Amino acid sequence: MTAQHIFTGRLKTPFHPRITELDSLNTWHNWAGYSSAEALYCEDMEYFAIRNSTGVFDITPMTKYRITGPDALNYLDRLVTRDMKKIKPGRVAYAVWCDDQGQVMDDGTIFHLREGEYRLCSQERHFAWLKAASIGFDVTLKEETADVAALAVQGPTSYSILKNMGVRGLEELKPFGLIHNEFLGSELMISRTGFTGDLGYELWISPDKALELWDALFEAGKEYGIRAIGTHALGLARKEAAYLAPFEDFLPAETTVRTGRTRSPLELGLDWLVDFSKENFNGRKALLKEKENGSQWNLVKLDIEGNKTADHSYIYAHEKNNKSEIGFITSAAWSPICKQNIALGTVRSPHGKPGDTLWVEIYYQREMHWNRVMAEASIVDKPFWFPARRGKTPPDPF
Amino acid sequence: MTNQYDAIVIGAGHNGMICSALLAKTGKKVLVLEANDQVGGAAITRKFADDFSVSACAHLLFQLQPDVIKDLGIEPDYSKKSMETIVLTEDGNHIRYQGKNISGVNEEDKKNYIEFHNRMIRFSDLLKTYLNKRPPRLGTKNTKDLMTLAKLGFDIRRMGKTEMREFLRLIGMNIYDELDERFVNPYLKGALSTDAVLGTHLGPRSPNTILTYLYRLAGLHGDVSSIQGGMGGLMNQIRSIAEGSGVEIKTNSKVNEISVSNGAVTGVQTEGGEKYLSSTVVSNADPKQTMMNLVGPKHLEIRFTHRIDNIRMRGNASKLHFALNALPKIPGFEDLDYQQRILIAPSEHYVEKAFNHAKYGESSVRPVLEITFPSTTDSSLAPEGKHVMSIVAQYAPYHLKGGWSNESKQQFSDAVKSVLKSHMVNIDQCIISEELLTPADIEQEFNITGGHWHHGEFTLDQFMFVRPVAGSSQYEMPINGLFLCGAGSHPGGGISGACGRNAAQVILQRD
Ligand SMILES: Cc1cc2nc3c(=O)[nH]c(=O)nc-3n(C[C@H](O)[C@H](O)[C@H](O)COP(=O)(O)OP(=O)(O)OC[C@H]3O[C@@H](n4cnc5c(N)ncnc54)[C@H](O)[C@@H]3O)c2cc1C
Repeated sequence: MTAQHIFTGRLKTPFHPRITELDSLNTWHNWAGYSSAEALYCEDMEYFAIRNSTGVFDITPMTKYRITGPDALNYLDRLVTRDMKKIKPGRVAYAVWCDDQGQVMDDGTIFHLREGEYRLCSQERHFAWLKAASIGFDVTLKEETADVAALAVQGPTSYSILKNMGVRGLEELKPFGLIHNEFLGSELMISRTGFTGDLGYELWISPDKALELWDALFEAGKEYGIRAIGTHALGLARKEAAYLAPFEDFLPAETTVRTGRTRSPLELGLDWLVDFSKENFNGRKALLKEKENGSQWNLVKLDIEGNKTADHSYIYAHEKNNKSEIGFITSAAWSPICKQNIALGTVRSPHGKPGDTLWVEIYYQREMHWNRVMAEASIVDKPFWFPARRGKTPPDPF
Repeated sequence: MTNQYDAIVIGAGHNGMICSALLAKTGKKVLVLEANDQVGGAAITRKFADDFSVSACAHLLFQLQPDVIKDLGIEPDYSKKSMETIVLTEDGNHIRYQGKNISGVNEEDKKNYIEFHNRMIRFSDLLKTYLNKRPPRLGTKNTKDLMTLAKLGFDIRRMGKTEMREFLRLIGMNIYDELDERFVNPYLKGALSTDAVLGTHLGPRSPNTILTYLYRLAGLHGDVSSIQGGMGGLMNQIRSIAEGSGVEIKTNSKVNEISVSNGAVTGVQTEGGEKYLSSTVVSNADPKQTMMNLVGPKHLEIRFTHRIDNIRMRGNASKLHFALNALPKIPGFEDLDYQQRILIAPSEHYVEKAFNHAKYGESSVRPVLEITFPSTTDSSLAPEGKHVMSIVAQYAPYHLKGGWSNESKQQFSDAVKSVLKSHMVNIDQCIISEELLTPADIEQEFNITGGHWHHGEFTLDQFMFVRPVAGSSQYEMPINGLFLCGAGSHPGGGISGACGRNAAQVILQRD
């Protein structure tokens, strides 16, 4: 006997039937209540699809909120640190939002779908916060995660694939732009966005057209090396692009208990997203103070010698003095495309200036026994992977 | 520039006036802007029928803090000092108490009452010290705050082990349980319950009604008086003290915006479009109105806005005024008895039952009544031989199901009259004219959100460190130069002046 009236399982995205067909590893994890594949057949092959052809990743579980109403712009402008007045219809903004103390709650993307109509996407759920933020503003908030199916289509051949599928207007679509097409009588939204730091797009459609979209996409991509991918491949790509992941590179402020475990946008290298010329935004007062007095932490992008991944390592200012621990690694990987041992980390001020050298204590296991190396790490300024094709409009066809 | 001030105070309630006077005494150029045509806020006397006047909201003085009286040099002109409280019984053998004196109850209750009263006075004295200074901030490093906190701990400890335990036990407790344990006389229990819950959205069985009772006693030990010329008489005196110190007052000037630039106040704007400039704005309006309407959420942080928006402040106390052609007959009453404070609250259950209705958005069928006949000691309020009856009637919830209309108002005033009739058989023949002010009317006429007595419920979660909300308990709002000085700030409502005085001290310390 099954208790049908109590829903306890994980949700399946509308693409689930197609993904399971391609999946041979059967490793799933929970992403915001949905089943999401970690890898489908081979992590490495999936990763190389992103960098050499095209990888397709199901982003339906990404939390989506629709924000409309006369005050939508003012509302968002107060919510996030960057100036939303500059984000015109048809544009997308990467943004962070903070609590009253100027500590990052999450980052996400805000799509200006049409005049005065926005979609906010983030990894974590934030409805209670968005609702609290709406007090005194004439806006309508709608949680629409399940109402929109979405795919990330990322990689050098993605442009050609979408053109082959019949998407119109792609030639003029710049990074962080969005367009609307029609697909089998439904609206298909295409944005030039993604989490891979490469040429790529995201497709947004009503769930009842999801499978048809998948089929059309894979049909169009047959000759272009299209492959479905899982979160592990994507996770590696995002580290190469030096994108932040909540719960790895920062903790959403509302989920932390201990003081000092949160980070401000300034401490995460996101100064460029904080616009102090705005009259007000949440956390402004605290951040202004931080700007005057100096931040406690700095985010660093590290290029580390050797090939031992520096997961969870302590960071030191000097090689010999282990007492001078100044921070730790939050994300690390061996980057196949850059052939670099890369990492993101958090270090105490004043450390963390690009060009400086730090030391990373790496523990690694070889046949059960542990080894330790002190590896030299240089702080780099730019993302590890930043290909020219990512910004080129129109992109080169294949 | 002539419209430039050292400080602008929004609202001429007693707290606003006291604050402005204390600021002006130091030589500051202070402007007070009052929405209404009269100075005093909820402490005014006004005409409610031809030739009849009454204290429109607050009618009894029992909390005006000695520190305030001293600092301003107020000399209250009492029409009746140290009133007795008479709890009406049907048979005319009424209970009377004043301070620790009590009559009409048995010896056991008398003994227990004295003990109870003494202990409450002791605890209220402790409380009083902390009502008359800014509350310390928790988790602070500020030495002054740490000293206050340490002293609070020390003061509690110094009472001795038994008393300390008793204090900590009682402070969050409901008064019902305490009264039930101590007394047998239901009228006494009803009256003390009433003293604890007047002005709140609480019944005697609600938590922290001992605290509200202690708050009532803090300062004057519950000594109740009335003022010559009604509460407006006191305000006239405070007004002249303020004006004597140089305060400029503009009535009929409703502020509709506190101007903010770059996180700091720059001045205010009135409904009439006048602009006044100052880098210090002090609001006597309630916290919700001040922050949500006058400043506006777009200038505020999200969590802070959320907290302010959630302040519980739905009034339950209504005011009923009757113009009388003669005093009604009350069994067992002598002439002088009409000069006292009279309660109709025949038992603790009666009070709780009256509150039950309010929980569900209904007005009480048998309301709790606090009654005075101010014209018996003050001939300025009614023509010769005629009288005024001033009643605080509870519970008339702000959020009445279906809203307040002429019918629902009639229904409530009928309920009050029906209760009166069981003690004053000829009341109907005495009434010439009447006025009922529900919390909805009080909101409209006195510009108090929810028409709440305290500008925000008086409960432990909105008390001391967290009044009006966490992180802003020291009169300073998160906009530079913006302060609160009204009942919604620490310590709370009632004609006490503590909020206005404490706020002035904080503002002066900042300079
Ligand atoms: C029915 C009732 C009975 C009460 N009875 C008693 C009693 O017997 N004894 C007692 O001690 N207490 C009593 N109280 C409580 C007491 O009246 C209040 O707590 C006290 O008056 C609050 O004083 P205040 O100065 O803080 O605010 P208020 O008296 O409310 O004054 C605020 C002033 O600000 C003005 N204002 C508000 N907004 C604006 C604006 N935007 N622009 C310009 N001006 C503005 C208002 O018009 C008002 O004049 C009673 C309260 C009620 C509701």
